[in-house]
Amino acid sequence: MPEMTLIEAIRQGMDEELARDDCVFITGEDVGPRGGVFRATQGLFEKYGPKRIIDSPLAELSIVGVGIGAAVYGMRPICEIQFADFIFPAFNQILNEAARMFYRSGGEWAAPMVIRAPYGGGVGGGLYHSQSVEAFFAHIPGLKVVIPSNPKDAKGLLKSAVRDPNPVLFLEPKKGYRLIKGFVPEGEYTVPIGPAHVSREGADLTVFAYGIMHYYCLQAAALVAKEGISAEVVDLRTLLPVDKAAIVASVRKTGKAMIVHEDNLTGGYGGEVAAIIADEAFADLDAPVKRLCGPDVPGVPFSHPMQDWFMPNPEKIAKAMKELAAY
Amino acid sequence: MELSKETLLAMYYAMLRSRRLDERAWVLHRQGKIVFHISGMGHEAAQVGAAFALKPGKDWLVPYYRDLALMLCFGLTPREFMLSLFGKQSEASSGARQMPSHFGLRRANVVSTSAPVATQIPHAAGIGLGMKMRGDDAVVVTGIGEGSTSQGEWYEGLNWAAVHKLPMICIVQNNQYAISVPSHKQMAIPNVADRAAAFGMPGAVVDGNDVLAVYRVMMDAVTRARTGGGPTLIEAKTYRPVPHSSDDDDRSYRTREEVAEWKKRDPILLFKGYLESKGRLPPALNDDYETRVLAEVDDAQKFAEAAPYPAIESAFGPVYAAEAHHA
Amino acid sequence: MPQLGESVVEGAIAKWLKSEGDSVKEFEPIMEVTTDKVDTEVTATAAGVLLKILIPAGTTVTAGTLLGWIGQPTDSIPADSAVLPTHAPISADSAALSTHAPTIEPPNHPTTQPPKDLGFISPVVAKLASEHSIDLIMVKGTGAGGRITKKDVLAFIERRKAAPEEALAPWERPGDGDLFRPTELQMGPPPVVPPVVDGGDRGGADSVMPLSNMRRSIAEHMVRSKHTSAHVTTVFEVDMSKVMAHREANKAQFARDGVNLTFTAYFVSATAVALKAHPLVNSTFAGDSIVLKREVNVGVAVSLGEEGLIVPVVKNADEKSLLGLARAVNDLASRARAKQLKPDEVQGGTFTITNHGVSGSLFATPIINQPQCGILGVGAIQKRVVVVNDAIAIRPMCYITLTFDHRILDGALADYFVAKVKEVLEGWG
Repeated sequence: MPEMTLIEAIRQGMDEELARDDCVFITGEDVGPRGGVFRATQGLFEKYGPKRIIDSPLAELSIVGVGIGAAVYGMRPICEIQFADFIFPAFNQILNEAARMFYRSGGEWAAPMVIRAPYGGGVGGGLYHSQSVEAFFAHIPGLKVVIPSNPKDAKGLLKSAVRDPNPVLFLEPKKGYRLIKGFVPEGEYTVPIGPAHVSREGADLTVFAYGIMHYYCLQAAALVAKEGISAEVVDLRTLLPVDKAAIVASVRKTGKAMIVHEDNLTGGYGGEVAAIIADEAFADLDAPVKRLCGPDVPGVPFSHPMQDWFMPNPEKIAKAMKELAAY
Repeated sequence: MELSKETLLAMYYAMLRSRRLDERAWVLHRQGKIVFHISGMGHEAAQVGAAFALKPGKDWLVPYYRDLALMLCFGLTPREFMLSLFGKQSEASSGARQMPSHFGLRRANVVSTSAPVATQIPHAAGIGLGMKMRGDDAVVVTGIGEGSTSQGEWYEGLNWAAVHKLPMICIVQNNQYAISVPSHKQMAIPNVADRAAAFGMPGAVVDGNDVLAVYRVMMDAVTRARTGGGPTLIEAKTYRPVPHSSDDDDRSYRTREEVAEWKKRDPILLFKGYLESKGRLPPALNDDYETRVLAEVDDAQKFAEAAPYPAIESAFGPVYAAEAHHA
Repeated sequence: MPQLGESVVEGAIAKWLKSEGDSVKEFEPIMEVTTDKVDTEVTATAAGVLLKILIPAGTTVTAGTLLGWIGQPTDSIPADSAVLPTHAPISADSAALSTHAPTIEPPNHPTTQPPKDLGFISPVVAKLASEHSIDLIMVKGTGAGGRITKKDVLAFIERRKAAPEEALAPWERPGDGDLFRPTELQMGPPPVVPPVVDGGDRGGADSVMPLSNMRRSIAEHMVRSKHTSAHVTTVFEVDMSKVMAHREANKAQFARDGVNLTFTAYFVSATAVALKAHPLVNSTFAGDSIVLKREVNVGVAVSLGEEGLIVPVVKNADEKSLLGLARAVNDLASRARAKQLKPDEVQGGTFTITNHGVSGSLFATPIINQPQCGILGVGAIQKRVVVVNDAIAIRPMCYITLTFDHRILDGALADYFVAKVKEVLEGWG
């Protein structure tokens, strides 16, 4: 099994899908000869040519809107939004068009497409290159929202997303593009959209996370393990549709739950997880459900100390784990 | 490009059928039998002229809410239209989930549409992109009002079509008003089609009340599109002789004299006069057409009134497609 | 039926002041109750409508008996309401000024275990305890503040599995053979707050009431005070005739000023005069010295019902007129009940008054509010037969007590102080 970075796994997943199905194509800003500003599509233009690796005009709504048209025509577009921060011009296309296409047409039409967007802070990106946007989209029935936390899942989930008959928003933790490395199975495999994954078994408390925060949670769990705290870590992987059964099962086991995301607290995805726990696992709770999230300020500040203040990290997570364990 | 007598009469019948069905919808609304109707009245020549230049079953349509005549030409039946007015089971566009005239018809390559205006334009470009990628010689046509050309979606969609020389035709049906707002408050130029030059595509202004003129302009555009010549922007100048929708009162924003003046140039009246002057439409034949249309409309109404409402369960979903929808 | 006094076990409803269907305000008198000690009005514990009178006038019932229901007109009354004896919706007057702990019924089922604060019981702990029939008293808590955690319960279950004899009946369990240990070691420390027992026979299990912050703080303060000061209590009896006459004559005038002229105002006023006369009572024992307080700030204990009590302070009471004192007492008490007191309004007291008579108590030995020197207890005002000028007369009489710190005051000086209070009250006008 080769070890590779998160972004290499994503690229490999796209490469394999492009090779597998002629209907698959990629569009977005700078995805062509430049290979994407993060190099996610590096080498694909050379391999598949300008007809399938299409540099788009600098206009997000039509990157998605054109993708929808191509999808209803039978193509399988992979639309790249350069930064999740810039996805909002396309919000109407995602919300009102892609996600509603199937339901609003009585099941006659569907928009099978992947919208990839690098998200998240900790990269010196300031307010407009650091945003976490999942909460807006995890509210949209008809859309699937996927966030991988490691190379193996990233490749397998991306391949599933390309093959899914529905629109899939594939949010990539950009800070982890080269930071997160892992072994990726050789040969063909997919990781199903939907199921969460218990990435570390534990007995004392459960931490729910996704993306880079999941990566940090594993580190934090290792830190607190030295102090005798056994933290279970659950990688949600798919935010919509959410794997309620996995959330409830883990809380039943540990009795204590914590959700970590770098998106700001209020109205964040953690609230949904907390509500699921309150609804379906109340009698199994041994402590209040805690959320460790980004602060409620309008964005991740640029300057390093301020950025560090904003971002959850393994130390902050470990501290919160200890507090919850001691409850 | 001489049209046969049969084709001319078929065009006339298509216009008449749309008009009488439309009129019946207004009657049903005023009787309190339906809750909403949005009319295509006055637009019949623009739509029928366009439809007869296309190949239903091969070409694709991304319509807007006034495209009743276009839809009927593409295969929507009067019964299906009536089902949508009444919100009854088996409604063809959406399973009665959407309001009437939010068209879509999978079997006829008519893509499902929403209510926010101009969102369908990037879809048309995406369909055109798919056609080009696959090498299909099909054409995609999209309809829109002049007011909606103020939307960014319109610009982005046409820009894509022009950059990639897509087989796409956008017919702007300029009926002078966006609900109440006259076109001079919508744009500082006399013709929407003047903008075509800025996109880098041909533009044409045509009398939208002259079905044969529209047909000729459309034939040029379709030929260009099918032979790799790229997109065309057509502006059909017309008029809406009725309020915007069943809830509108147009007396607040335009004079009765203005409306009366335009009714003298009613597209059906003009085409009937033309056919009569050529000896193509003897009074007996016209009477016969009117009788046939009336029977179709009566039958459609009776059918829809007798049809059951959808089961509540059909509101539940499915929300997600379970299998691929390849064209 | 409220327990109107320490030894009172039953009471008779003399008269209902409200009929079924009448709307009642919180703290509004709704019935008159006669006991063998006092006659008093009982006020409503909640606002609403008197939905149902369960015990008619003229009936004597034991304390704790449900007398009636107050609720919203749309509320339905539980069918088995007549057999819910202790948590009566109409019970002791929660407007009472009292340093007594809220009335707590004695356990119906004597427990063999020492009472213990279980702390917060989480949903999963409650579920596990129920599923495994665990008496949580037996489980040692290791969570925050000694809370019993899920792990504690699971460990207990494991231990019980490993040692099934744990489940033996008490008389079948072997003793540990250590005879004649000090009882404190056998029984644990004396309880600060006895456990609340869910009365009646519904299931027969004791129920556990976690400590509120206020209850915890009261508990700590009370014990600390008892360990700090050398408490001594002296009792006087006051003829309230002149005060009552003055109050009758001026009540309406005060009401026009928006002030409810309470007896408490008179006691605060008389106390302030006495504190000025005997400044040593207005002091604090400071280890190697006694600090005489310049200001006369009189705390007035306000009961918040079962929740506890709070002592807002009338600042500079010696500088205020009766009207000013009455206004201040009204204002502080109402905001205390509405939980709108500011922090500095419960600080800086130099002396405290507790009007336990409101709940029928004749005299009491309240605990000193640290770091003050004394606390004046005011009992219920009752008409009693007294000898006046060698003739038998009926006078409204009231016991007042001073509980004082014997480290500061000797008995004689304490008595001079109380005598001064008595003198002011008896000579009012």
